[in-house]
Amino acid sequence: MASTVRQDFQYASPTHQAETAIAGMWLFLATEVLFFGGLILCWIYSRHFNAPGFDAGARQTALWIGTLNTAILVTSSLVYAIGLAFVRAGDTRRLIQCCLLTLALGIAFLGLKFGLEWRLDFAHHLFPADPYFWIAGSLSGGARLFFVFYFISTALHGLHMVIGVGLLLWIIRRARRGEFSPLYHTPVQVVGLYWSFVDVVWIILYPLIYLVGRGQ
Amino acid sequence: MSLWLPAASDNAAEVDHLIGALLVISAAVLLLVFGLLFVYLIKYRAGSPIDRGAIAQKTWRVETAWTAATLVIFFGLFVWGADLYVRLFQPPQRALKIYVVGKQWMWKVEHAGGQREINTLHLPVGMPVELVMTSEDVIHDFAVPAFRIKHDVLPGRYETLWFTPNRPGIYSLYCTQFCGLDHSKMSGNVVVLSPPEFQTWLAQNGGSHTLAADGRALFMRYGCSGCHGIDGSNDTSGAQSTVRAPSLGGLYGAPVPLTDGSVVIADDRYLHDSIVDPERQIVAGYAPIMPSFAGQIGEEDLLKLILYIKSLPAGGSP
Amino acid sequence: MSAVTADGTVAVEKSGIEGSYLTDGYTLRSWLLTTDHKRIALLYLAAITMFFFIGGFAAALVRLNLIVPQGLLGSAETYNRLFTMHGVVMVWFFLVPAVPVTLGNFLIPLMLGARDLAFPRLNLLSWYLFMLGGAVTLWALFAGGVDTGWTFYTPLSTMYSKSHVVLAATGIFISGFSSIATGLNFIVSIHRLRAPGMTWYRMPVFLWSLYSLGVLMVLATPVLAITLLLLALERVFHIGVFDPAIGGDPLLFQHLFWFYSHPAVYIMILPGFGVVSEIIPAFSRKRIFGYKFIVWASVSIAVISFFVWGHHMFVAGTSLYSAVLFSILSYLVAVPSAIKVFNWLGTMHKGFIRFDAPMLYALGFIGLFTIGGLTGLWVAALAADVHLTQTYFVVAHFHYIMVGGMVSAFFGGLHFWWPKITGRLYPEMWARVAALVMFIGFNLTFFPQFILGYLGMPRRYFSYAPEFQVLNVLSSAGASILASAYLLPLGYLVWSLLYGERATGNPWGATGLEWQTASPPPTANFVETPVVTQGPYHYPTPESMQLHG
Repeated sequence: MASTVRQDFQYASPTHQAETAIAGMWLFLATEVLFFGGLILCWIYSRHFNAPGFDAGARQTALWIGTLNTAILVTSSLVYAIGLAFVRAGDTRRLIQCCLLTLALGIAFLGLKFGLEWRLDFAHHLFPADPYFWIAGSLSGGARLFFVFYFISTALHGLHMVIGVGLLLWIIRRARRGEFSPLYHTPVQVVGLYWSFVDVVWIILYPLIYLVGRGQ
Repeated sequence: MSLWLPAASDNAAEVDHLIGALLVISAAVLLLVFGLLFVYLIKYRAGSPIDRGAIAQKTWRVETAWTAATLVIFFGLFVWGADLYVRLFQPPQRALKIYVVGKQWMWKVEHAGGQREINTLHLPVGMPVELVMTSEDVIHDFAVPAFRIKHDVLPGRYETLWFTPNRPGIYSLYCTQFCGLDHSKMSGNVVVLSPPEFQTWLAQNGGSHTLAADGRALFMRYGCSGCHGIDGSNDTSGAQSTVRAPSLGGLYGAPVPLTDGSVVIADDRYLHDSIVDPERQIVAGYAPIMPSFAGQIGEEDLLKLILYIKSLPAGGSP
Repeated sequence: MSAVTADGTVAVEKSGIEGSYLTDGYTLRSWLLTTDHKRIALLYLAAITMFFFIGGFAAALVRLNLIVPQGLLGSAETYNRLFTMHGVVMVWFFLVPAVPVTLGNFLIPLMLGARDLAFPRLNLLSWYLFMLGGAVTLWALFAGGVDTGWTFYTPLSTMYSKSHVVLAATGIFISGFSSIATGLNFIVSIHRLRAPGMTWYRMPVFLWSLYSLGVLMVLATPVLAITLLLLALERVFHIGVFDPAIGGDPLLFQHLFWFYSHPAVYIMILPGFGVVSEIIPAFSRKRIFGYKFIVWASVSIAVISFFVWGHHMFVAGTSLYSAVLFSILSYLVAVPSAIKVFNWLGTMHKGFIRFDAPMLYALGFIGLFTIGGLTGLWVAALAADVHLTQTYFVVAHFHYIMVGGMVSAFFGGLHFWWPKITGRLYPEMWARVAALVMFIGFNLTFFPQFILGYLGMPRRYFSYAPEFQVLNVLSSAGASILASAYLLPLGYLVWSLLYGERATGNPWGATGLEWQTASPPPTANFVETPVVTQGPYHYPTPESMQLHG
């Protein structure tokens, strides 16, 4: 049982260490902002010079899958936050249940995105290097560039989700071993920050992929 | 070894003045820094018994002073450099246009009268010259140190560079953007001649075909006249064309309304892209049926076609 | 075991290496799985020394080639790969890490009065990532190399080069994570692990420099990551983001690349500023002049450095407006650097100056960095840059700052803290000789290049016009002298490890918490957590010195 909490030797108290770990995760997320931000800036820049093509590409995206996935992901963050509240109150069992639900939702997202949506995209010849790319003619270049950004950003986001799934499994494992308590649950907070961030990235990608240019 | 670089263009001397001022300021600062350093190293070395007195406590006055002085000097240098640079973006109207295509690893130069040269550029002294440049492959850079100018040369775009040579002579030309294996061999000469000598050179060097005349031949050969009409006039009254295509007479420099509602000016870039990527910008009221000639027509031939189109007078029914 | 002296510093008795972090475990495992920041610093030191000599070897061959106008090596193919290797290795595997991962890792906890960094295991991971990235890059180099220049401009690198671009990009990508981890660790440690009583304004300038550096590493490196990723995808899958034929833009690559690479050069030099800011007060025995101006200068350099990347593109085909904006911002970023130089001079004014090797290196830094920084004003001036860019002038400019500046600072810091790190004193005479030879060799190598650049000799040229030969030969001669100046410290520093005189806790009589513990320190750094009651550089003032005699 985690009734006594010790900090590493360079820290003054367990609280000191916990706060520092959280600060570290925030800073790491800042680097991720610059990473995805760079990609999104390239996207916006390329779209500026190829707007009709980009919009033609955007119209081919599967809005229902994207919207459903957004709902799934946002719900998963909510569920995890509830789990965090539970462990703060001392209920590790509920934490584990919440984490399992978050895990399920995350896996559902991945399944819909890569198992269904990407498969449909390939079947509809939307992969940019496809010799029979769906959109031909004047808009082809721009549409292909749109899908370049679509595939890169969803692949990177998916990679981050997979890492998140791994982190969730790690939290579940540690929780089942009784390592968390109201006094110590820093890893739960830190993973929560990461998961929410991946969620926020999706919330930015969603309009860029599915909404912008659709109404033209 | 010569430490002297000729200043052979109108702006070269001005750039040299700026560089001279930079040299003087740098030397002054270095003298100050090294001077103080040496004075302190001797006067305040550890064994020196001199009376050091009290250290200044409030240092922010001194700090603010030298920060302000630095800012003022730097701002002055910025303005000077920017002023000269801005003028490099303002070629005079009557500049002599010469076309340059860079490719791995040579410079192809074409005069409007059809004279062609490789790695050499003949120019008349005293006349503003505007180089219109593009690359067939990677990014190169056309540099003439004696004129104190250079500019990157990009694929798929036209970049311009203008100057006025003011001294006859032969000056080095270099490629100064690393472009692969023989980057260091992509050099040549700029030959500045007096106007009569330049005219002689033009006459002697295959000026029988102007670039525009070559462009006319290409216009026919690639079938442009089939839709746009002979001489681009697209007179659909006769049996010339059953396809409705925009007239090209008087097009260069004119505004063009597009199907998306915007209006663009038909400049070199527009004409270039209309040939290699026609479906990107469709003229209002026309269908997107023009085929693309990307990959079929090289950059040099594109220049000739564009010059031909530029030469077409306005008139003829659309 | 300790006594408080008249000037308030705490003297620690001479203690041997026994009981220090060096003897706390002798197995390979205890080194390769250590989380002790001091041991990790030494692991890094070994690595960057190796990379320095690899990059230096490439430079030696480059300068050898340039002795004759037609190129001594005979093949432009080889030459192009050599200068690329020199750039890639020196930038990412020497200059960016050097001071932060060796001196930074070692000293930050000591200077803070802490027992380790905030995330020791992350620190160890960063070393492994660095080694992995280095291994992949070296693999690319030895499998045939890269021939695009360290700047990888498109479309040359994406569509025309037949070299190992993706492999090299992957190695650099991996090393970027090491950078991010290091910067993150530094920032969090400086925020959270300061000893009781150590307010921000009581921190030594070195810590402020490393904090600013951390911000740069953390925010700029991810942009490099996405740039390299897009470069690799473009090369392998022809995605077309940089290809004008399908609507992409080669200039986009340049914007992305320089958005990282300009802050990167400040990543390289800021720690150098920090080292010099520690050495000058110590060897002038005087408080640093204008502490607040210097520390805020570091912070403002970090901030402004994000907004000047376009000055690498004044002839690239960008708009007039962007060029003008970037020019004035570039002048703005030069101001804080100038302030530092004046402040160092102000520190020496009325001090008690000693000429030990660290001070000689620091003085060399001031001289060479000032020259390099002044020539930055030349290339920031738009019209002058049009003439000078892409020539040897720029090569000389950045080598004056990076090699004349940064490498001098690195050696200065290495010598200054050598007793602390190893518990040994290096041989002073040899060190002074090396410092002097380095200064002379450096100037002979790079000063002629300013002239070559003004005369028009382009950079990255395997062969050149015959009129440039004399200056090239001078430069290559200087390079051979410089090379010997680098080999000297390798020799005598290694010698000192075995035969050097044992050092006391504070051989220089310097201020700073790192000097209040043994040389070398025990694993836990301090016997008791220090409590800080005064600002840094609390050297006695001349009046008080003269009163006490």
